[in-house]
Amino acid sequence: MNLIPFLICFPFVAAIFMYFIRNNKIRNRVAYASVGVIMLATLWLLVDFLSHGGQATAILVENELVDAVILIAEIGLMLLVIYLCFKYKKLWISLLSIVQTLLIIWLEKCGPAFEETPQLLVDRLSVLMIVIVAFIGGMITVYATGYMHGYHHYHREFPDRRYYFFSLIFVFLGAMFGLVLSKSMLWLDFFWEVTSICSFLLIGYTKTDEAIHNSFRALWMNLLGGLMLAIGIACSIYEIGCVDVQTIVAQGLTIPIACFAFAALTKSAQLPFSRWLLGAMVAPTPSSALLHSATMVKAGVYLLFRLSPALFGTMTGTMVSFIGGLTFLLASLLAISKSDAKAVLAYSTISNLGLIVACAGVGMSETIWAAIYLLIFHAVSKAMMFQDVGAVENSLHSRNIENMQGLIYRLPRLAFIMLIGIAGMYLAPFGMLIAKWAAFKAFVDASNPLLIIFIAFGSSTTMFYWTKWMAKIIGPPRVDTPLRDVTKKDEYVSLYIHVVIMLVVCLLCIPMSKYVVIPIELSLFGSATMTLDSADIMVMVILLIAIVVLPFVCYLGTKRHKRKHVISYMNGVNAGDNKNFIDSYGEEKQLYTANWYMMDYLAENKLLTPCVIVSAGVLIIMMCLIIGGAVSWM
Amino acid sequence: MDVKPILFVILYIVGAPFIGGFLDGVDRKISARMQGRKGPSVFQPFYDVIKLFQKEPLVVKRSQTFLVMTYLLFMVIAGGLFFAGMDLLLCFFALTTCAMFLVLAASFTHSPYASVGCQRELVQMMAYEPMVLLTAVGFYVATGTFYVKDIIHMNTSAIAFLPGVFVGFLFILTIKMRKSPFDLSTAHHAHQEIVRGVTQEMVGSNLALIHLAEWYEVVFLMGVVALFIVNSNPVSYVVALIVILATYFLEILIDNTSARVNWKVLLVSTWVVTLVAGGINLTILVLMHR
Repeated sequence: MNLIPFLICFPFVAAIFMYFIRNNKIRNRVAYASVGVIMLATLWLLVDFLSHGGQATAILVENELVDAVILIAEIGLMLLVIYLCFKYKKLWISLLSIVQTLLIIWLEKCGPAFEETPQLLVDRLSVLMIVIVAFIGGMITVYATGYMHGYHHYHREFPDRRYYFFSLIFVFLGAMFGLVLSKSMLWLDFFWEVTSICSFLLIGYTKTDEAIHNSFRALWMNLLGGLMLAIGIACSIYEIGCVDVQTIVAQGLTIPIACFAFAALTKSAQLPFSRWLLGAMVAPTPSSALLHSATMVKAGVYLLFRLSPALFGTMTGTMVSFIGGLTFLLASLLAISKSDAKAVLAYSTISNLGLIVACAGVGMSETIWAAIYLLIFHAVSKAMMFQDVGAVENSLHSRNIENMQGLIYRLPRLAFIMLIGIAGMYLAPFGMLIAKWAAFKAFVDASNPLLIIFIAFGSSTTMFYWTKWMAKIIGPPRVDTPLRDVTKKDEYVSLYIHVVIMLVVCLLCIPMSKYVVIPIELSLFGSATMTLDSADIMVMVILLIAIVVLPFVCYLGTKRHKRKHVISYMNGVNAGDNKNFIDSYGEEKQLYTANWYMMDYLAENKLLTPCVIVSAGVLIIMMCLIIGGAVSWM
Repeated sequence: MDVKPILFVILYIVGAPFIGGFLDGVDRKISARMQGRKGPSVFQPFYDVIKLFQKEPLVVKRSQTFLVMTYLLFMVIAGGLFFAGMDLLLCFFALTTCAMFLVLAASFTHSPYASVGCQRELVQMMAYEPMVLLTAVGFYVATGTFYVKDIIHMNTSAIAFLPGVFVGFLFILTIKMRKSPFDLSTAHHAHQEIVRGVTQEMVGSNLALIHLAEWYEVVFLMGVVALFIVNSNPVSYVVALIVILATYFLEILIDNTSARVNWKVLLVSTWVVTLVAGGINLTILVLMHR
């Protein structure tokens, strides 16, 4: 298990290299090599872990140096936040950082004594997370080398700070490994803070006013989560003198768990904290893909998974699942009004995370089964979608869905990947739907009518925004000229690997359930139930083959049919073709068909604020009830 | 291996177009009589479809045909899964996927009418989908299984537990069967302001395939209506048949006595009915089973 410290430390070392290598070509090479090393180390860890029968191992780090490094890093982060807050005149945000850092340092140095327990834990859940972070994150890094080249080629107005960008990406990867391996909440809190600040710095990458504004919003929301983590840790030290997450869960300490759950909600961008993730879309696409959809937001749900056995039947569990269900529905409604592809992806991320959070909040082994499935599929398909949208943007110079009309004729390869990605997000019988289906069954078994209604309505609104996007892609192009595909080879490599992973994951869902998901359930709950039986999944696989094969066969079968081409019906006012018509002044006009965004009802500026207010109200009231209830019991 | 499901599936694949077409013919006849007309023969839909197949194939966009064909084949699969006694939720998911192919086929051309119809079709889907899912959940809570083959062997008809869900399902059936007042995206009658909406640019054999798919769909949906009634007692099958015919007549009556509404009324009324009829029924049922 010497790999564990290596896995956490190596990305930080790579980050230092990234920062100091200023030659793009050499840096890209080093980035590839580092990603390779991380992936190999992960594979080795996986093999080693499985060859030992998948036994959970706790690791005690008894090294004064490590503690000192963490302490210095914590203070360093605090100083960095203070400096930036002063620089951009957002003083109050620095308070959040100061309070939590000082609280943690005080607890460690002068607070009540607490047990020295192992700080790291390697179990099935953390190994799964490591695999996701290493492979999806690694692939996105490979993609980023190509993407950032095109990005700075077309956006000359932004200073080229790629060394800084890649360095942050590697810091983030290291922090993410640390986070999912931490058993001690103090360590988890440290890595949590690092990911928050990485995300903050990456959102502000372009240094435009909008980017800076959004980055500070992300910062304060995530720091608020960090503060709640710190408070939770303080409470658990006072209550049981222990910072071990498994002990806290086993003892079912109400206040610490509620605080941790609150922090998880901020990290996963659940309502009322969704705004930071929406604002994060100003960052270059690879960081959106890496941090804001595929991996970092998963840190929140990861923590909820750890807490979930203690959430069953508690007020905190009800709060978490209610907020999750509400977010699932409202975010998917809000996505309808968006025509910016990245905004749609952002809302869909929030919405899907809502579903995972709702599953984790119920805290039963069935719902966790669904939640883990959702997590895996979502990480793969969302990473793929983001990278694809980024590549399309570099070629199309727009990421407006309206401009993607006829993309299948203009950028066929990217459009095809996009279609697969969208299909994967909601259609029967692709991955997300299997998971959604399992969530549905699990909520019924959990006798939770409210969540059933949330998921029923949320699924239908989800379908609306994805289908209309799909229809746009295959629609007739407005301009016939093909676009030059400027996508680099490394971008395509990453995209194709994602497509393959997604199809494999869909096809192998039965073995995956048996060898990956069920053991995780077992380790968390001590019992496991498979929500979907294998007959169901078999039918799903048959449907999957049908949906891939049928259109293809039909296409080939009808290709040779003789057909007479006619122009479409426009009341007889076509101007000779399908694209123009004669208007009432007798002049030729171009026909423009747009998707329906329901802006009068679902626009962000109308709907988002009420949603935030209502959910904030629910959250505050429930937190008060939980803490008040726990205090009065003491 | 059990041959019964295979038999049912074959019966569905072969028989559904005839039953669906016949029901369509009856529909036209009754509608005509309600409007004081004589109306065509009940076999008219079959003549129409045969004639459509014989027409010169015209297309606006070449590849449209393959999407229409996929739509039809997926409809057959969705219905087939139902009559094979599979998981009800899965059948409904397949039905949704199938409906999506129709939307994609419609969005394939430049037609402004098809384009508007396509967006309206999506709103219709968004309106009825929650009730469809709640229907499946209702069956699960009432009978303890999602499998159609097990639901039909219960001792009590599911409708005894699911009166609200049944009402909600009848409500969305009007949308699914494209009956007025909810025929926004395309209408069976020639008085739609967006001409033929979704099927605007589908002519000849393509349109014939759409008709076939609709017939398969009607039989599938009527199967779901029957599922509310059928139980282990053979008499219930006769009752189910009567209920199907009554439902069908009710839809024709609604079609002929109501004016088309706009999308807001459609969406809001459907969601309210879903929440009130379906939601309350389900909540009570879930709480009873706790």
